[in-house]
Amino acid sequence: MRPVAADEIESLAIGAWILGTGGGGSPYLALLNMRQLYRKGVVCRLMDAAELADDDLVAVVSNMGAPLVGQERLTDPKTMALAVTMMEEYLGRKFHAVMSLEIGGGNSIQPFMAAAMLDLPVVDGDCMGRAFPEAQMTSFAIHDLRMYPLTLADVRDNAVVVARAASWKWMERISRKACVEVGSIASTCKAPRTGKEIKECAILGSTTKAIGIGRAVQAARRAHRDPIDAVLEVAAGVKIFSGKIQDIARRTTEGFLRGTATIEGLDDFRGHTFSLAFQNEFAVGWLDGLPRVMTPDLICVLDTVSGDAIGTETLRYGQRVTVIALPAPPILLTPKGIEHVGPRAFGYDLDFRSVFA
Amino acid sequence: MRRRIGIDVGGTNTDAVLLEEDAVAATVKTPTTADVTTGITRALAALLEQAPGAREAHAVMIGTTHFTNAVVQRRDLGRVAAVRIGLPSGASLPPFVDWPEDLADLVRAEVVMLEGGHEFDGRPLVPFDTRGMRAAARRIRDAGIRSVAIAAVFSPLNASGEEEAAAILQEECPDVAVTLSHRLGRIGLLERENAALLNACLIELARTTTRAFTQALRASGIAAPLYLTQNDGTVMLAEVAEAYPVYSFASGPTNSMRGAAFLSKRDEALVIDVGGTTTDIGSLRHGFPREANNVVEIGGVRTLFRMPDLLSLGLGGGTIVSRAGVRSAPALTIGPASVGYRLTELGLVFGGDVLTVTDVAVAAGLIDLGDRARVASLPAALVKEALARIRAMIEEGVDRMKTDAGETPLIAVGGGSFLVPPRLAGVSEVLNVPHQAVANAVGAAIAQVSGEVDQIFQDLSRDEAIARARRAAEDKAVAAGADRATINVVEVEDLPLAYLPGNSLRTRVRVVGEIARQP
Repeated sequence: MRPVAADEIESLAIGAWILGTGGGGSPYLALLNMRQLYRKGVVCRLMDAAELADDDLVAVVSNMGAPLVGQERLTDPKTMALAVTMMEEYLGRKFHAVMSLEIGGGNSIQPFMAAAMLDLPVVDGDCMGRAFPEAQMTSFAIHDLRMYPLTLADVRDNAVVVARAASWKWMERISRKACVEVGSIASTCKAPRTGKEIKECAILGSTTKAIGIGRAVQAARRAHRDPIDAVLEVAAGVKIFSGKIQDIARRTTEGFLRGTATIEGLDDFRGHTFSLAFQNEFAVGWLDGLPRVMTPDLICVLDTVSGDAIGTETLRYGQRVTVIALPAPPILLTPKGIEHVGPRAFGYDLDFRSVFA
Repeated sequence: MRRRIGIDVGGTNTDAVLLEEDAVAATVKTPTTADVTTGITRALAALLEQAPGAREAHAVMIGTTHFTNAVVQRRDLGRVAAVRIGLPSGASLPPFVDWPEDLADLVRAEVVMLEGGHEFDGRPLVPFDTRGMRAAARRIRDAGIRSVAIAAVFSPLNASGEEEAAAILQEECPDVAVTLSHRLGRIGLLERENAALLNACLIELARTTTRAFTQALRASGIAAPLYLTQNDGTVMLAEVAEAYPVYSFASGPTNSMRGAAFLSKRDEALVIDVGGTTTDIGSLRHGFPREANNVVEIGGVRTLFRMPDLLSLGLGGGTIVSRAGVRSAPALTIGPASVGYRLTELGLVFGGDVLTVTDVAVAAGLIDLGDRARVASLPAALVKEALARIRAMIEEGVDRMKTDAGETPLIAVGGGSFLVPPRLAGVSEVLNVPHQAVANAVGAAIAQVSGEVDQIFQDLSRDEAIARARRAAEDKAVAAGADRATINVVEVEDLPLAYLPGNSLRTRVRVVGEIARQP
């Protein structure tokens, strides 16, 4: 267990936004909350899963809802902590630590907000290794762990316990419905996990990985080096394409922001066209009409100059972007993993082929 | 004949032009004065001397960086009470939360957070705490605070909370200036609130400055209505604009780029604007500046204003060249310090004793200004070295702003455009156009009036939602001085919203029209 410095949270925000693969929501508001808390003297602790006893209890937390609503309703540590303490009351047991549901985007920092309020350590890890839109797209679901109970709290003191759900999909449907009812933004504490489950089924070390990516970007900017090269180097990634956004088509269906971005190649990719399909996150990319990269490999779109991640909601005509791929956690690449988060889980009739294979 | 006067007040020079129909009939460049208004009066006097017809102008457009500079330099800012309506949400991130501390300390007089606000679908979040608002209004009155910014959760969708708060302030302290966030910004509470707070701290300066501009105009015998240019290349009637100083942020560079497109008749090119203190490089697309991707910071404050995507270099006519090292091997530093508007007293060729980039240009024969004899003794090696450094700065900047690796035309404008070498790496041609030194004033003169709406519509077809947004945007444009018959839609953006029920569509429409003859 070690203390987390304020500047590591800054790095985490940058790295997690990149690991968000276009979704997960911007970490900015959660970062602002952490700055406020650190200013008041809070110091969070990060622990290795190995330090957990097998029967320790870990709260897996996330902010749920529409990122756009979050931009108005903001996010606060009290509500996040409330979802966790509600779960403790429901279980009649105390948690030993909190962990992030998804390291991609704002949910990377939510456990730190809860941890700060409850004086608990944060486990270095998550259960996606990136961002995904739905509850069944986690390493816990792939491992067939129990998906209930779940607690959900809003800022007005409305709270819901989903005591049971027949499947991950049902859990997603019921909790999503409750979330919409309270204004499409809520703090949630997912099914509690034992230390043993975390050690065996979580994606470990992803918090440290995100901090490392963020730190590499910051260092490159300070040294006037290419921040994208720095990301590729630190995260063992591959540059897929570089160009200018030519067209964006978006639509929402079944609560997803779906769409396609067309990128016209520049520099080394001049004369080529890349098209990138997204469902909240980037899902599949085609180079000149042929599949080039697909989920669960991480597809990240970065501002070519600054190296900042660009979300699916903020893609705009004319942006100069670089598409990179980062390796997915091994669990997502197993046959069961591909079933949950491979291209067919998003409706693309493609056999998964990793860029890193 | 349709006559328009455009004036650009820059950090160094105040430029004025008269357009007759679409032809430049007269141009003037005068030094900016510390009080701004004197410079405008002088520029107008010189313009009228050249072209007495300017008196018959039907509109005068002024572009000024005065308000941006006030924020950046932390001067002339008013103290502001921030009223946030939205508790219990957002309690941990109060107004000013992401401001630089020095600026917050200057501006923050009082922070009030009250229950209220709305959901994304227009339902109330919780009832608005009107009693708390009344108590706050009395505190604001008793504390003698003169400007208030009000921001409510989801006010772009439902502004009733902000309006109710304003009505209570009006009853309790009628003399207080009120800025409502929904009038300024889009969805994104902190950024919209920041825009409202910035506006509120500038409002008194804006009022006095705008009125001084109007007086300067009337004193010059010009009866035409006055417009102020906005950062999107359009204008607003001064009476309206004085309540929205934040809209003028970055209007200077926008005017330069619009002027460059107009003068060169090129809609797709890079533009380099070399002023007295800085050089801005931007990219023209369809005759308008390409806008920045990201959140824009003004004086360290995050906002969502649409700003041209610019690269600013610390290079201008007044940029100081400092020398170290020996005569044979001069070690030069170019800028970023500049003598600014005092170039004509401090520059070597003007009798001063500061070596500036302009002095180097005169010594190299790039331009004939002041007393050339005063730079005759500059070592040739130094002049050569300085010019090489300037070329390298420009080439690197151009390369960074280019959207493709091919060669691009570059339009050179601004008072310091003589510093741009005729041939540059990566540039197909450097376009030097007539009146390039006053392109910014030309850009102000040709500005149109705009209106914009950004709203979430539910359960409407896409066409209906856009039509509704369009009507609202047109009404806004007319209120700002546009002629309804000339209004065109220039931007439509619709964004279906993830994780929201029903058919939620965020729609943004921007329209522009010609200035109405009789506003």
